[in-house]
Amino acid sequence: MTAITDIPDAPRAARRPQTGNPVLRWLRKNLFSSIPNGILTVVLLALLAKGIFSFVQWGIANAVWLTPANDSSACRAVRGVGACWAIVPEKYRFILFGTYPFDEQWRPALSVVLFIALYYLSTRRALWRRELVYLWIGALALISVLMWGGVFGLSFVSQDRWGGLPVTLILATFGLAFGFPLGILVALGRRSKLPAIRSLSVLYVELIRGVPLVSLLFMASVMFPLFMPAGFNIDKLLRAQIAIILFAGAYLAEVVRGGLQAVPRGQYEAADALGLSYWRKHRLIVLPQAIRHVIPPLVNTFIAFFKDTSLVLIIGIFDLLTTAKTAIIDPAWQQFSVEVYIFVAAIYFVFCFAMSRYSRSLEAPTTPK
Amino acid sequence: MTADHPRPPPRRRLLALGRNELKGLFWQVLVVGIAVGVIAFLWSNTVTNLSARRITTGFAFLGREAGMPIADSLLAYNPRDTYFWAFVVGIANTLRVAVIGIVLATILGTLIGISRLSANWLLSRLAAVYVETLRDIPLLLQLLFWYVLMQALPAARAAWRPVEGVFLSNRGLILPAIPFGPPQLAVLGAAVLGCAVFYLIRRWLVAQQMRDGKPRPAWPFALGLMVVVPVAVSLALGVSWTIEWPQLRGFNFVGGLTLAPEYFALLIALVTYTSAFIAEIVRSGIQSVPRGQWDAANALGLRRSFMLRQIILPQALRVIVPPMTSQYLNLTKNSSLAVAIGYQDVVSVANTTLNQTGQAIEAIALIMAVFLTISLSISFFMNWYNARIALVER
Repeated sequence: MTAITDIPDAPRAARRPQTGNPVLRWLRKNLFSSIPNGILTVVLLALLAKGIFSFVQWGIANAVWLTPANDSSACRAVRGVGACWAIVPEKYRFILFGTYPFDEQWRPALSVVLFIALYYLSTRRALWRRELVYLWIGALALISVLMWGGVFGLSFVSQDRWGGLPVTLILATFGLAFGFPLGILVALGRRSKLPAIRSLSVLYVELIRGVPLVSLLFMASVMFPLFMPAGFNIDKLLRAQIAIILFAGAYLAEVVRGGLQAVPRGQYEAADALGLSYWRKHRLIVLPQAIRHVIPPLVNTFIAFFKDTSLVLIIGIFDLLTTAKTAIIDPAWQQFSVEVYIFVAAIYFVFCFAMSRYSRSLEAPTTPK
Repeated sequence: MTADHPRPPPRRRLLALGRNELKGLFWQVLVVGIAVGVIAFLWSNTVTNLSARRITTGFAFLGREAGMPIADSLLAYNPRDTYFWAFVVGIANTLRVAVIGIVLATILGTLIGISRLSANWLLSRLAAVYVETLRDIPLLLQLLFWYVLMQALPAARAAWRPVEGVFLSNRGLILPAIPFGPPQLAVLGAAVLGCAVFYLIRRWLVAQQMRDGKPRPAWPFALGLMVVVPVAVSLALGVSWTIEWPQLRGFNFVGGLTLAPEYFALLIALVTYTSAFIAEIVRSGIQSVPRGQWDAANALGLRRSFMLRQIILPQALRVIVPPMTSQYLNLTKNSSLAVAIGYQDVVSVANTTLNQTGQAIEAIALIMAVFLTISLSISFFMNWYNARIALVER
């Protein structure tokens, strides 16, 4: 077992002369502070070098980057010794946009850009005002128009043909946009003094959180038609979206509840003393404070959902992961699934890493020292 | 200042309720009414739809022949068994991956969490990269990735042998095993009993120490109860502990313990993914112990192992245990992703049942019942453990 940094045997270290080359000093302090530590460093360096060397050999030196269209013979020649990145330029349109009509794929591409812009604007502290809600409504409406079309001379594209990254972003973003208000209502319900409302909220939260998302999705895909009047049926994507909203609502409710608990009692009492009604008290006094408390955990919950939307693969909805898995069904490219998975993993990673960085920057103290 | 006025007699109100109570009652009636209305609407639709499809509700189907194959199971199963038995086999498969996954993820996560705090810069950076990478990629994607890697392994004839007796091929991981029967079970029982007795003795020893301050060594009891007694039982019964080495015969392996590729991929994915979250929990738990505690322990001249065991860990555990519970629950729920690679856990069995019989409500109800039971058991155990290690304030 290795030493833990925070142990203050610092006084002894501090007495050592602080002279010499700063690089050497850094090396001694951080990599070779003791003999076991030095051995550990050497072993780790050796392993790391070996890992990087074999990855570079497979992923760069021996890799095939481009092949003529629909010809995987060059890739098959290096199978086992080199990566076939050529599958990415070959299939990226399908992976990113699924079966959306090829000539119209600028529309989902533009939607993705709009989504990213929306996320970016939502992270700006200066924009955390009422207008942000209108911005969300406007952006989501614009994205719906772009994706469906049928107006302004855009041809209509049914949602059966949507696929890839936009579907992942739609499931996650609409899940948040509807799940968040639902979560706030349920969190308020769970803290309500009215027993019937409180027990209904508890029942909802505990039932949803007690079962895996997979079973909720099965329910949406198999049981939903049973629940509806005969002849009434809604689209599979919408059903999955409803399941994700219900799932998100339960988890967000718990996060918001944590925030509500952190608001001091005096704030509630002051609002009551002003004679505010229940809704105005929460809208004007309590919720703004409660939500500010829980923004980092909210972002973390959003990262979790963003990853969880990939589960719709199991009920056959064409999100980013499903299109990736479908792209490698093609017999010519079947053996190169690892490369495709790495490509898709990189896309998910970029989104989640950006969000987790943002969440961490929020947790850091913001007051000037 | 006004003197004590006699209160004016309260006005008679409708049902003697105040305005707020009436409003509360109104909201409750409204919400419950809507909930009941929605459920009644869905229920009546469901009943109509089921009768239109000639599906009878109820759990009678559990007694029928299942006819579904379950390739990899802990319990004896063949397709002519009932749906009920298929469910039991599915539950056993879920528990098999969840329990082993929780143990391995805890060990790996703790090691990585400690590595992140290491004084060695390289080790702590590598641990950070591990955590960041695994946390930011969907579990399902990682699972598919591991499964593809499993399938790309060489065939049984050309299996990799990382260590003598261990084979890794597209048939899964084959390990040497010890055949297990009643005599071996008796020895294991003796060991478990020894542990329980030792636990009681140790508690008594600690209580004695609390009274007079004299430390009493516990290790002779540990050695006697947990090693000597089981060995004695083993010798007395003449239990054989020969290891069964797997051997390649034709196209497959004979003997040994086989972890099927599906199971192995699921286990690796769950363990590596969850360990990244556990590492963060362990790290923040250790960091939450105030620096003064380290200083004080050092000032007392305590040995390092003693300091970690008796001063730091008990305080860190208080921060670690509650979030750890939810990670264990997550791992258990995430094991349902098995359905994506065809490992037959309870969700996968329920899904097949649902497709074969159309008993959607019953199948989903069974899934819910199983997961609620597992979740409640884990929460119950962890709450008990948490209460045990909680700070006892005077």
